[in-house]
Amino acid sequence: MKFFFIHLMPYADLDLDAPDKYNSSWVTLPNTYYDPKKGHALYNRYLDELEMADPLGFDGICVNEHHSNAYGLMPQPGVFAGMLARRTKNVKIAVLGRALPLLNNPITVAEEYAILDNVTGGRLIAGFVRGIGAEYYSWNSNPALSHDKFHEAHDLIVQAWTQPGPSTFEGKYYNFDYVNLWPRPYQDNPHPPIWIPSQGSTETIEWASHPSRRYTYLQTFSPLAALKKYMKQYKDTAADYGWEAGPENLGWATPIYVAETDEIAYREAKPHIENFYQKFLRMPLEMLLPPGYLSLKSMQGVMAAKAQMTGGAKDIDAVMEAGMFLCGSPKTVRDKLKHFQKEIGFGTVISMLQFATLPADLTKKNIELYAREVIAPLRAEEAATLGVAAE
Amino acid sequence: MLSTPQTPPSFWFAPSLWPVTLWGQNPAETPANDLAMIWEDESRMAESRTYFETVEGAQVNIVRGGAGAPLLFLHGANGGGRWLPFMDKLAEKFDVIAPEHPGFGRSDTPEWLDAVKDLGHFYAAFMEKLGLRDVTLVGTSLGGWIAAETALRDPARIRSLTLVAAAGLRIKGTPKANIFLWPAEELTRNLFHDQSIAERILGMEQSVEERNIGLKNALATAKLGWSPRLYDPDLEKWIHRIKAPTQILWGRQDKIIPVDYADHFAQMIPGAKVRVFEECGHLPHVEKTNDYVSEIISFSEGVRP
Repeated sequence: MKFFFIHLMPYADLDLDAPDKYNSSWVTLPNTYYDPKKGHALYNRYLDELEMADPLGFDGICVNEHHSNAYGLMPQPGVFAGMLARRTKNVKIAVLGRALPLLNNPITVAEEYAILDNVTGGRLIAGFVRGIGAEYYSWNSNPALSHDKFHEAHDLIVQAWTQPGPSTFEGKYYNFDYVNLWPRPYQDNPHPPIWIPSQGSTETIEWASHPSRRYTYLQTFSPLAALKKYMKQYKDTAADYGWEAGPENLGWATPIYVAETDEIAYREAKPHIENFYQKFLRMPLEMLLPPGYLSLKSMQGVMAAKAQMTGGAKDIDAVMEAGMFLCGSPKTVRDKLKHFQKEIGFGTVISMLQFATLPADLTKKNIELYAREVIAPLRAEEAATLGVAAE
Repeated sequence: MLSTPQTPPSFWFAPSLWPVTLWGQNPAETPANDLAMIWEDESRMAESRTYFETVEGAQVNIVRGGAGAPLLFLHGANGGGRWLPFMDKLAEKFDVIAPEHPGFGRSDTPEWLDAVKDLGHFYAAFMEKLGLRDVTLVGTSLGGWIAAETALRDPARIRSLTLVAAAGLRIKGTPKANIFLWPAEELTRNLFHDQSIAERILGMEQSVEERNIGLKNALATAKLGWSPRLYDPDLEKWIHRIKAPTQILWGRQDKIIPVDYADHFAQMIPGAKVRVFEECGHLPHVEKTNDYVSEIISFSEGVRP
């Protein structure tokens, strides 16, 4: 298993009454709730936290992209990746943005990623996303064009990375006479690894698992049942295409909290994970799913399934029960990870070790305990198993 | 990167976007307990027929009834596809033709559909294919925008143009509502001046098919009108070239497209006349059916060649 640490950089000093008052922490929550002096402290604290991952032996760190919200203050993830590129030596740096359909010129992303890849000597992992529905309000991008623009922007970027320049690109949304990237990416066989974070949609899985792509698919912050379903769907779709998907093709992103005992972990995490699901994720459904964000077919499916859905209270027990939060002693978290990994077959765990209002001291303790008491023993076990297998 | 409950917006479950157009009576004439009758009893309506016609590669669903010179009705974002009471009144004077736009309802979504101006070309082709002449063209809201684009592309077939609470233009500082972001109940309430209509609509159930059509219509509306929000800067440049005699109808209390737009359209289209209905929201054909119908008839007859 590979272990990554993702940070969302939430505005932890948020007045927690504000999301209720505005029925959202996104798009329409006034930025007068943001205090730049507090933001200055938070940004530097969060960057320190991400930098800890390198000496602690994580496989990688992840930055994230969302716009106009208190949930995560990383609207331009390349800026953070750039800062981290020179402050880390070994970790992979995964940019789990960029929301391609929002862009007027996807070449900016081809360039940005190529620069990061050059500076880090090939430590970049290139994420491509569509963003969530709220982004389409913040950036005034048409959600009905989201899928089409995503695919076209992706094709353009991959062309820029792989075809000798200058080349031409003739699309519906993007047209270039001189695609000619300086610098070319460092990882040029054929290009930096591409990860596709998603909440699970048939279209995305079919696209990512296509034999011409075989991109790593990340299921993000979803109930375990959904994780199982979509990982299986990826493997089945790959099999239908005639190839076998392995752990390297599948990743799982989830909040994790480790403490000395199950009871301590539960007590320390409770208010913060509840703030995460109840306050920082808060938005009206109209904002989350504007028309076209999901395909008509998917949306009709979602509506047909509505009867089974619960919008229930997301307290710590509910999210732990659903597998949307891993919380406990190192042994509990290790056992769960092993169990889920065996059952579901993902090869990468994207661990969110700071969430919502989780303060600096608890975050630091979480990162260190997770690295020493979860990652290290699991790696040792894995090595032992491999050693036995090799004998 | 984030995942949230896969529950659709209440917007799409709203009865408002679809059945509202099923019901065009003035509430004063329509007691609440008559609603079921209006939905189901079509016997008291003039005979209408529903059929498909293929134009420019797109099969479109048409409801049509009445006799006389043609009246082409272009529906708004909430969709069409049903024979409505206000059409029944118009059918006493006209051959009322009410297609569902490409992209909407039971009509196809053709590859060429990108923008409202595509629909302007489409309806020019539609009039030609059906051999319509001397057309009384009526468009409401999004349909008003389409009607203006159509009138620019084939002035010869159009006797008169009626734009009702039309989208298509922009007055800086006077934004239209963000209909995509309003929750269902708020949207329904904001459609009407008379809140008792909103109450009754909010109490209605939608069938699965109606919900699916509501989704399709919302998708088409977003595709055509998300950005720039419900207008086209090119229309602003050329709308003065509309040759047909034009009237503008609006509800004084329109919360979707403010009534200021009525005068703006009138200023942009030479000779256009304006009628504003008092105590009326975004859907005059629902809230002021009789006035709406008589304005259309008298304007069209007044300009008859």
